Amino acid sequence: MEEKDNKKESLYLKLMPYIEKYGILLLLVLMILVMHILQPDVFLSWRNVTNVFKQISWQSMLALGVFMVIVTAGIDLSVGSIMMLSLMVLAIVAKAGAPWFIVVITPLIAGFLCGLFNGAGITLLRMPHPFIMTLGTLYIFRGTGNLISGGTPISGFTDEVRYLGHGRIDLTWLGLEKSQYLPVSLVLIAVVYIIFWFFLNHSRTGKWIYAIGGNPSAARASGINVNKILIIVYSLCGFLSGIGALILAGRTDSGYPNAGLQSELDAIAACIIGGASFFGGRGTVLGVFAGVMIMGILRNGLNLMDVSSFWQQVLIGSIIVIAVYIDVLRRDLGTRK
Amino acid sequence: MSTLNNPLLEAKGITKYFGTITALENVDLKVHAGECLGVVGDNGAGKSTLMKVLSGLYKPSSGSLYFQGKEEILESPKDSQNLGLEMVYQDLALAGNLPIGENIFLGREPTKNVGFLKFLDFNKIKELTNAHLGKLKINVKSADQKVEELSGGQRQAVAIARSTAFNAKVVIMDEPTAALAIKEVGKVLDLINSLKKTGVGVIVISHRMDDIFSVCDRVMALFQGTNFAESELSNTSRDEVIGWIMGKK
Repeated sequence: MEEKDNKKESLYLKLMPYIEKYGILLLLVLMILVMHILQPDVFLSWRNVTNVFKQISWQSMLALGVFMVIVTAGIDLSVGSIMMLSLMVLAIVAKAGAPWFIVVITPLIAGFLCGLFNGAGITLLRMPHPFIMTLGTLYIFRGTGNLISGGTPISGFTDEVRYLGHGRIDLTWLGLEKSQYLPVSLVLIAVVYIIFWFFLNHSRTGKWIYAIGGNPSAARASGINVNKILIIVYSLCGFLSGIGALILAGRTDSGYPNAGLQSELDAIAACIIGGASFFGGRGTVLGVFAGVMIMGILRNGLNLMDVSSFWQQVLIGSIIVIAVYIDVLRRDLGTRK
Repeated sequence: MSTLNNPLLEAKGITKYFGTITALENVDLKVHAGECLGVVGDNGAGKSTLMKVLSGLYKPSSGSLYFQGKEEILESPKDSQNLGLEMVYQDLALAGNLPIGENIFLGREPTKNVGFLKFLDFNKIKELTNAHLGKLKINVKSADQKVEELSGGQRQAVAIARSTAFNAKVVIMDEPTAALAIKEVGKVLDLINSLKKTGVGVIVISHRMDDIFSVCDRVMALFQGTNFAESELSNTSRDEVIGWIMGKK
């Protein structure tokens, strides 16, 4: 009996790293299959697939930023507001007639500075939890965005400014039709995710981000400047929200007051579905991508099937709870008590 | 014992206040190469505070530290590490979500250059980890195993391996056997003895007389934040040391 248990345990131990790494991808593939069976003509069409990627483009940036913060056992509630403020700054600078190369970097700088503000507040003001600082800045940044824009939409950007969010890469030279183009935003998602995957897994700073999430006092005792790393993480999160603003500017051709409203919750949900742990130190970039995709496909598929958006809310909420329950089970199996 | 030589590490007149509380008052301590100093004292006697001062985590309110005869001011744990002063914390200070190798090299990871970028050198981490664990005769399944999957004794062994991976000259251990099963205690004590043989100065804080009397050469007692008593181990007895902890001479 005991031997059998040992065998069972060793099988778990062998499978665990793979389940931890790729389990979420299985769920994603399963969803794609189900959607394909339910909507065989539309779901996997070129037009719909590119549509899904365009729809998740800016959310995927917010989710990646929030993910890094969650790895440190923190939280950033302000990413939606950072994106809105960055978008408004972009719109104002664009309307003032600045050249496009200035316009496209303004949201990145604005987002970075907002993140820096969060990071500085959390570390230097010694806020008891990042929740509080970023809850505050959720209001502060959105309010500032409305103040500088007068609370009204500002529309009309040049094609250069809109390129990342709206641009198309023509594939007719591959023998494809004109409608079968590659959205620039899809390429951007891939590039940004690969860069951040490298950063988190292959740089010392990335390793320290995981270490801080695993055990902050161990990180501190190892001579890691925890506050500095946290400031970097929140700044990068703001920076990514700024990229989100640039994409959104391209997609909507407009800076508007409700941009990114409640999108911080979508970003957190994508991380959680993707296997990031709120206790920190756990989760992968691939997982976040899968989480963003699952939410995007769910919304898209339910729209295709004409399911009301109220049901979409119920379903997304259920998936969060189920995904975390699976995570709880996984931890029970994988960790010694 | 090399009491004739100069001490490797010496603390003189260390005082530490936390607000109005005096945690340490005028405490002296020294340890020589290849020697193990036991530090005993009741809860709240100031043992852990003293160790945190030695590791650079706390700055003393007054007093000075000498390392190899030279006065040093420790601003952070990084400074003490650079001197070769390493700490094994009671709560182990390991990140459970990271593998053994990455814990041993945490904060000091070997890197390789790819163009102008620096990437972690995972092969080197693994290689150095296996070599170092082999040298200390620590058995684990693999350097890639996550620390949270290890037993208490294995974790303690990893923590000690971590403290000695970078040419440590002095290793300070806070209650190294407190969280261990009885059969694991012996292994950790063996590890301490083999560290001494390599010329490392070891400071062990412990409540357990068995630990003190099986690895230490000298023992000092703190009582209410002050030096209370000190003796070569050969000149004292368990009962006397237990008396010191209670504040009786």
